[in-house]
Amino acid sequence: MNAPPGSLAAYLAEQEKKTLLRFLTCGSVDDGKSTLIGRLLYDSKLLFEDHLAALKKDSKKHGTAGADIDFALLVDGLEAEREQGITIDVAYRFFATDKRKFIVADTPGHEQYTRNMATGASNSELAIILIDARKGVLVQTRRHAYIASLLGIRHVVLAVNKIDLVDYSQEVFDAIVADFTHFAEKLNFQTMVPIPISARFGDNVIDNSPKMPWYKGKPLLAHLETVDVESGLAEKPFRFPVQWVNRPNLDFRGFSGTIASGRIKKGEPVVVGKSGRQSKVARIVTMDGDYDEAFPGEAVTITLDDEIDISRGDLLAPPSHRPEVSDQFAAHVLWMAEDEMLPGRQYLLKIGTTTVPASVTEVKHKIDVNTLDHSATKTLALNEVGYCNLSTAQPIAFDPYHENRDTGGFVLIDRFTNGTVACGMIDFGLRRATNVHWQALDVNKASRAEIKRQKPAVLWFTGLSGSGKSTIANIVERTLFAHGHHTYLLDGDNVRHGLNRDLGFTDADRVENIRRVAEASKLFVDAGLIVLVSFISPFRSERRMARDMLQSGEFIEIFVDTPIELCMERDPKGLYEKARAGEIKNFTGIDSPYESPESAEIVLQTARLSAEELAGQVVAELKLKGLIP
Amino acid sequence: MREVAAEFRNPVMLYSIGKDSGVMLHLAMKAFYPSLPPFPLLHVDTTWKFKEMIQFRDETAKRLGWKLHVHINEDGVKRGINPFDSGSSLHTQVMKTEGLKQALDQFGFDAAFGGARRDEEKSRAKERVFSFRNQNHAWDPKNQRPELWRLYNTRVRPGESIRVFPISNWTELDVWQYIMMEDIPIVPLYYAKKRPVVERDGTLIMVDDERMKLRPDEKVEERLVRFRTLGCYPLTGAFESPADTLEAIVSEMLTARTSERQGRLIDSDESASMEKKKREGYF
Ligand SMILES: Nc1nc2c(ncn2[C@@H]2O[C@H](COP(=O)(O)OP(=O)(O)O)[C@@H](O)[C@H]2O)c(=O)[nH]1
Repeated sequence: MNAPPGSLAAYLAEQEKKTLLRFLTCGSVDDGKSTLIGRLLYDSKLLFEDHLAALKKDSKKHGTAGADIDFALLVDGLEAEREQGITIDVAYRFFATDKRKFIVADTPGHEQYTRNMATGASNSELAIILIDARKGVLVQTRRHAYIASLLGIRHVVLAVNKIDLVDYSQEVFDAIVADFTHFAEKLNFQTMVPIPISARFGDNVIDNSPKMPWYKGKPLLAHLETVDVESGLAEKPFRFPVQWVNRPNLDFRGFSGTIASGRIKKGEPVVVGKSGRQSKVARIVTMDGDYDEAFPGEAVTITLDDEIDISRGDLLAPPSHRPEVSDQFAAHVLWMAEDEMLPGRQYLLKIGTTTVPASVTEVKHKIDVNTLDHSATKTLALNEVGYCNLSTAQPIAFDPYHENRDTGGFVLIDRFTNGTVACGMIDFGLRRATNVHWQALDVNKASRAEIKRQKPAVLWFTGLSGSGKSTIANIVERTLFAHGHHTYLLDGDNVRHGLNRDLGFTDADRVENIRRVAEASKLFVDAGLIVLVSFISPFRSERRMARDMLQSGEFIEIFVDTPIELCMERDPKGLYEKARAGEIKNFTGIDSPYESPESAEIVLQTARLSAEELAGQVVAELKLKGLIP
Repeated sequence: MREVAAEFRNPVMLYSIGKDSGVMLHLAMKAFYPSLPPFPLLHVDTTWKFKEMIQFRDETAKRLGWKLHVHINEDGVKRGINPFDSGSSLHTQVMKTEGLKQALDQFGFDAAFGGARRDEEKSRAKERVFSFRNQNHAWDPKNQRPELWRLYNTRVRPGESIRVFPISNWTELDVWQYIMMEDIPIVPLYYAKKRPVVERDGTLIMVDDERMKLRPDEKVEERLVRFRTLGCYPLTGAFESPADTLEAIVSEMLTARTSERQGRLIDSDESASMEKKKREGYF
């Protein structure tokens, strides 16, 4: 920071041209990470005088470096951590030299904070792996190297710190480097540069140290300033996740987002990843005027020649290099939550701008982050890494993570706590759908519905046995039919005689029962029909699963609300009596729970009205919702 | 920003009138162009802002054609809270922190953009781009969501909200350079001018209106000063500088060796004070 004011314009032009390097520091507690970062900030003169004064004051109070300035205090921000004397979260720091700008992710070396390191690594191009010269390559060192590699970092610096404490010994340094190099052979690093340093005294940090004439390489900062981490994003296939559909008025319809990779020119053809629909780029719009060509990292709004169906979450790509499209894929998953991962449980998966329900169908193996050994497991606990198969409720468009971090990395979100519970790196699609792209069919749901003059939907009747579901559903279907609508009724008892003949009444079978019925309804909806489903469907989560399979507005939950006493009194099939006598097991309402809907679209109170009146309510509601004219 | 607009029901952009929020507004205009950003602006007025700030605020909203809500903590006004008698921390707590909570609750905003930057002071370095607040608007530094790649988990339960810091990765210098490059209008107070100031506890305070009571030994002087940050006038220190153009400001900035928050009096009490404020829900 020593620009002569006279050449301000030149200076700013210089600034503009500077590249940005994002790097991550990792090491075990007390290896000297914070000291190193503090020193980089200090020596690049980015510390302001008042910060420095505060630092000197703090050094006396909390510091571990005696009367000297303790640089570590500069970067340990949060109070609580300071009390504990450890770093517990990811902190980002900025500094710049005449050649480059830097963002440093400071991540902790503590056992349980693997996830924070992954967070820092996901946005870094280079990792500095710190080693205490006295201790050599530790278990933690291996873990850090593995995670850096797993998250796609291709360049590492092996900083052998506290070299002052081993008398600046070349032997010690060489032994550590040999040890690490041996381990790192199994990982995917492109460059690995070892540097002996003393963070505390500044040796080989900014300038070459006179105490280590045997070291012929560059000092750390010079290496950071010049290392080439060019990821070649611009040369990769064009990827544009649509973030927001831009419709200021009826004449303009554009798609806003940030280019993840590749470049795009006006007039070039693009396809929508999932649907396979194709068009040409009409304009590349920005507030600074239209562009002819746009590059990775640029936020633009693209308009197309044709009015094709595109919404938030879609991925635009060139027809020649389409992303994979699949609803099943293999991925490395790093679990980040206290609650362990449950195979089969539904989470939300967010990739690019899409969020879809997803579950881990199988953990192939778990990887010991310290030894890289594989072992069999069913679940993953906090900070564990597994190689898993995942399945999503709808197909997603993606690339393998090693080809593209932005279109191949995802997070899993817990549906109830909303916490981010895992991150994942996609390896490959399992259905191998890459070459059989979804044929964009010309006769589709919309056209089938159009010809029937109705909007397809599922009317999902839920309620206790004997509540009146089937009776009411029957009358509704008759009414719709009489008005010329195209319908289909799926009734619990009837389906159990055919499609679901192999299923019983355990919780697991009930879930599978509903899944099949939901899948079948989805097909009928696709055919343009109004489907009536009359199933007890006692569990909220399964009704939700059915809802999630359909598009919004297509699933209409109808709660046939009849008190259990009334159902027992009616007992049309004599089932309650048998259940109470213990002749039927797992009977809903008796020894198996019924979870009432919390936000059903329609609630029918059967105690006071007749079945005809209630069916009338349903039909009126369908008109109101615009499903039928 | 588009991420928030697409995933939240009712977002709002907090406009503090300073240079950082000026940049943020400009970015929003660009992000949604040719549409206007699909959310309103909110200014929490402590009633002690510089007059020039208020004027600039209203002009800006008008120029951009952007809806602006102004909220004042009337309860605080009734209680006679002011920076002179109540002390700076109580004043900020009531008029700014409480005021902000009131406004967010009143309008039911579930996401709020703010112009904070990670380089401003230490605890902000740990803030996420998306910072999660519980029902009481409090920030829990232990319970923040990891942010990987550019994937932000934006899900909240009813009553909970998220604060979003779109320029959290910028430095002060980046902000000035951007203002210069994009020609973004800023409040004239950032430029040097002769202004009436008094020296109080080592800081130059501008006498912006008659509510400022002078102490016996103080006298108002005209000095050539400007501001590096803007807040409530009795709490914002000016400094002497001849820089009256953007170029001059940036050059001065490049040679400066004090950080910008020094001019802001709420910081200097304790080094961890900002963190405490944040836990209580100060932006
Ligand atoms: N002798 C010596 N001590 C160091 C060096 N680097 C760091 N230290 C000391 O090691 C201790 C831990 O450093 P710190 O940066 O807090 O480690 P962190 O936990 O990795 O952030 C502090 O007492 C530092 O002063 C070094 O190169 N040489």
